[in-house]
Amino acid sequence: MPAVSKGDGMRGLAVFISDIRNCKSKEAEIKRINKELANIRSKFKGDKALDGYSKKKYVCKLLFIFLLGHDIDFGHMEAVNLLSSNKYTEKQIGYLFISVLVNSNSELIRLINNAIKNDLSSRNPTFMCLALHCIANVGSREMAEAFAGEIPRILVAGDTMDSVKQSAALCLLRLYKTSPDLVLMGEWTSRVVHLLNDQHMGVVTAAISLITCLSQKNPDEFKTCVSLAVSRLSRIVSSASTDLQDYTYYFVPAPWLSCKLLRLLQCYPPPEDGAVKGRLVECLETILNKAQEPPKSKKVQHSNAKNAILFEAISLIIHYDSEPNLLVRACNQLGQFLQHRETNLRYLALESMCTLASSEFSHEAVKTHIETVINALKTERDVSVRQRAADLLYAMCDRSNAKQIVAEMLSYLETADYSIREEMVLKVAILAEKYAVDYSWYVDTILNLIRIAGDYVSEEVWYRVIQIVINRDDVQGYAAKTVFEALQAPACHENMVKVGGYILGEFGNLIAGDPRSSPLVQFNLLHSKFHLCSVPTRALLLSAYIKFINLFPETKSTIQEVLRSDSQIRNSDVELQQRAVEYLKLSSIASTDVLATVLEEMPPFPERESSILAKLKKKKGPGAVSVNELEEGKREGGELNGGGERGGDSSAISTPSPSADLLGLRAGPPVTAAAPSAGSLLVDVFSEAGSGSLASYFQFVCKNNGVLFENQLLQIGIKSEYRQNLGRMYLFYGNKTSVQFVTFTTTLNVQAKPVEPLIEGGAQVQQVINIECLTDFSDAPLLNIKFRYGGALQNLTLKLPVTINKFFQPTEMASHDFFQRWKQLSLPQQEAQKIFKANHAMDTEVLKAKLLGLGMALLENVDPNPENFVCAGVIQTKAQQVGSLLRLEPNAQAQMYRLTVRSSKDTVSKRLCELLAEQF
Amino acid sequence: MRFMLLFSRQGKLRLQKWYTATAERDKKKMVRELMQVVLARKPKMCSFLEWRDLKIVYKRYASLYFCCAVEEQDNELITLEVIHRFVELLDKYFGSVCELDIIFNFEKAYFILDEFLMGGEIQDTSKKSVLKAIEQADLLQEVSLNLKHKMA
Repeated sequence: MPAVSKGDGMRGLAVFISDIRNCKSKEAEIKRINKELANIRSKFKGDKALDGYSKKKYVCKLLFIFLLGHDIDFGHMEAVNLLSSNKYTEKQIGYLFISVLVNSNSELIRLINNAIKNDLSSRNPTFMCLALHCIANVGSREMAEAFAGEIPRILVAGDTMDSVKQSAALCLLRLYKTSPDLVLMGEWTSRVVHLLNDQHMGVVTAAISLITCLSQKNPDEFKTCVSLAVSRLSRIVSSASTDLQDYTYYFVPAPWLSCKLLRLLQCYPPPEDGAVKGRLVECLETILNKAQEPPKSKKVQHSNAKNAILFEAISLIIHYDSEPNLLVRACNQLGQFLQHRETNLRYLALESMCTLASSEFSHEAVKTHIETVINALKTERDVSVRQRAADLLYAMCDRSNAKQIVAEMLSYLETADYSIREEMVLKVAILAEKYAVDYSWYVDTILNLIRIAGDYVSEEVWYRVIQIVINRDDVQGYAAKTVFEALQAPACHENMVKVGGYILGEFGNLIAGDPRSSPLVQFNLLHSKFHLCSVPTRALLLSAYIKFINLFPETKSTIQEVLRSDSQIRNSDVELQQRAVEYLKLSSIASTDVLATVLEEMPPFPERESSILAKLKKKKGPGAVSVNELEEGKREGGELNGGGERGGDSSAISTPSPSADLLGLRAGPPVTAAAPSAGSLLVDVFSEAGSGSLASYFQFVCKNNGVLFENQLLQIGIKSEYRQNLGRMYLFYGNKTSVQFVTFTTTLNVQAKPVEPLIEGGAQVQQVINIECLTDFSDAPLLNIKFRYGGALQNLTLKLPVTINKFFQPTEMASHDFFQRWKQLSLPQQEAQKIFKANHAMDTEVLKAKLLGLGMALLENVDPNPENFVCAGVIQTKAQQVGSLLRLEPNAQAQMYRLTVRSSKDTVSKRLCELLAEQF
Repeated sequence: MRFMLLFSRQGKLRLQKWYTATAERDKKKMVRELMQVVLARKPKMCSFLEWRDLKIVYKRYASLYFCCAVEEQDNELITLEVIHRFVELLDKYFGSVCELDIIFNFEKAYFILDEFLMGGEIQDTSKKSVLKAIEQADLLQEVSLNLKHKMA
């Protein structure tokens, strides 16, 4: 045990920590902790009043136990008591405990706020700082409500100590981040901006974080900060390293402040004032020059601080994207770093160059480093650096170097780290498509992709190759030949079978002239893979077979025989069986003409943004997002087929089409379940906007905020709140295009405030709807939206997600009461029950969250079976109150639920049951 | 900055500071995951990595890993120096700090961090100012102790 160095040691605490460290096993540790907890509990409960020191010691012990990872459910009150101690250390420990362990217990928050209020008005700077720290650490809304008005005053008051100003600035920032609506700068704005001129560097350092955040949200009000920031920066950059005394870090003057100033300037366009701009450019040049000077110290801290400023300056140069000279200099500087011995610098240089590659001024300069980057991809030992190299190759790719880059990426894929394969596959697929001059190269590349990394080729990628082959008749023969050859491999990936099945089914005739790939050979080749494939692929192959019957009448009897076999026509899978039965029937009764019409070649797909591009954009953290999350994203409103996110490639954006496209309410589930309906035998590879449909309406049963509807033009977001029988709903209409929507109107079969008739491109308008629940109801209010986009009238009708459960008041009750009421509601019509299959994973926490979202109280320890959930609540309508009880019984084995709802009104039970059955 | 963690090579968490509201459950899960990722990395690898939607900046000092999660637009190198400055502050305060100091005086380590960073932003970069604040507090503490002794 080391000697405690400063201040008073709490001996008891030190002994306890030693004990814990000496514990030989987890069990021994838990035992020791439990003993201590019992001891503390008895002390806190004891009759003898504890002195401040003991209280502090015990609270500190509790904190230690909590930080070890154990739960602490008492001691909060004692900690709050410490806050009002006038001994600094006791107060300090109290605040520490509160900031680490505060929960949203409203009783306590009020007491805590009181203590804070006292300390803030104490005029004792140390106490004030403690209080401000606590506010910043907790940062809750309640605290923002209590103090957001007071803190700006402290921040700008003339007599406030510097240290308090620093704390006040950052405290305000924290509150602004959590509750921007409560922090009103108004009259303080200009005085806050002028903190940039403060003499005390610490105050400037703290204040600039606040100013940056405020500027991002209100650029106009804070734009005077630009010239102040430039002159401050210029003073620092031109100062000798000794001028700033304690703010010089390893011979670099004020590196943190410099970085922050440069970051602040990135909130704004280049300064309009010529003098200011000249001064700034001078600063940036000085920073670039300094990078070439010999280091003043060999310490890594020196070079890190210096380079931190350099990278921030380069970010600003890229942000302005208007000074070709600076851009090229930045690029050259980064080029030097690409071969630096510090891994960190290579990493950052690759990352930063990625953004430089997108500027027209520096794109060519970046391209000159291609060999170095390819080398990095091959030789870097750290996967995160290789990832950056791959990103940069992707960014610097254009028509001139696409073949080289794609080839390098493909060869890298063979050994690439698993965590980044999927993203690499997407990138290769996109580059191959974007820069394909001849489409046979494109087809080769994608098939190689499937061969090398089949498991990582997502649906979007193979959908896309098919879409392109269908749309371009010059490549169809080549594609058929290539897939035919690829399928010869003894073990080929299932995705290859899918592509092969589809393409041969459409274009097999183009290679049928060659006896080596005659119709029967093609069929036998495909069918040899059949038994190794999953159900969706088999379904696709069956469709290919029926297409064969049309293409090659000579294969009819062979294929019919296959369809007729027990393993097809009596397949236990409904989908396969149905296809077999229907195709067999179709092939035997339809005339050649009918067959030719039904099984006609797929028409070209409409041009749109590549769905793989959309998928890549959706990937947030490259390499960090697991496949699972991606699939999640796809399911939740992600079914927008690129329409969801636009940009970049404007040629791919479809022109606003008739309202049918806007609504696009095809509810059809993707690939696997799509039954072959007349006309389109193979499933449309593009999924249309799934939102706006019933699915999204049901999404809102258990939550109040989210996106109600989204397509290529418009996004409608909802925020709503309910109290008793009243509710208020905010609708946000966002224009996703760059063109105005005019004569924008909404009509609702309930009363609504009118909405702005015009929505600018990229803008959003808001509409508020007040809701009163008069009596219970089942039907949702309908919202009709009309507007003109370009010339075309758009018309849209949506169900507003106002459901009866929104008016629930939760009711807590004990087990005994619950069952008594349950029995009271015993009339047959008062009960509604549903047994249904789980649509989502049966995760207890998720279920709990949903049930809470429903608005009822979730009652713990009521149902004898801990797996079950019971809830109670009262629906508030103007006419009456309807008490409701609910019981949900999951059966994990069968993946089924039984849901029982009883309420005093039969229609309510029924409706709740319907709504809820869609949720799990 | 979203959070800062200090953990040992054995995967024991020594200090954690969260700058955004995070549920206790998620915290535990993130700490576990992140420790695994960072501890698995080799010495010569770069100090930055992408993890979930965050950037992780970490550095090892003797047996302790200092690990910060920052936002997409934050500067990695300056964050490394935030870590270094914090280590310097601990060092100055404890007099060549070691892991045991942080274990036994965890509350002091938190106080020092609080003086240095607030809400995830740098409050003051001057070593003097930060230590002055802490030492003042210690002074206050001694005074009150002395008073206690006198009364006793």
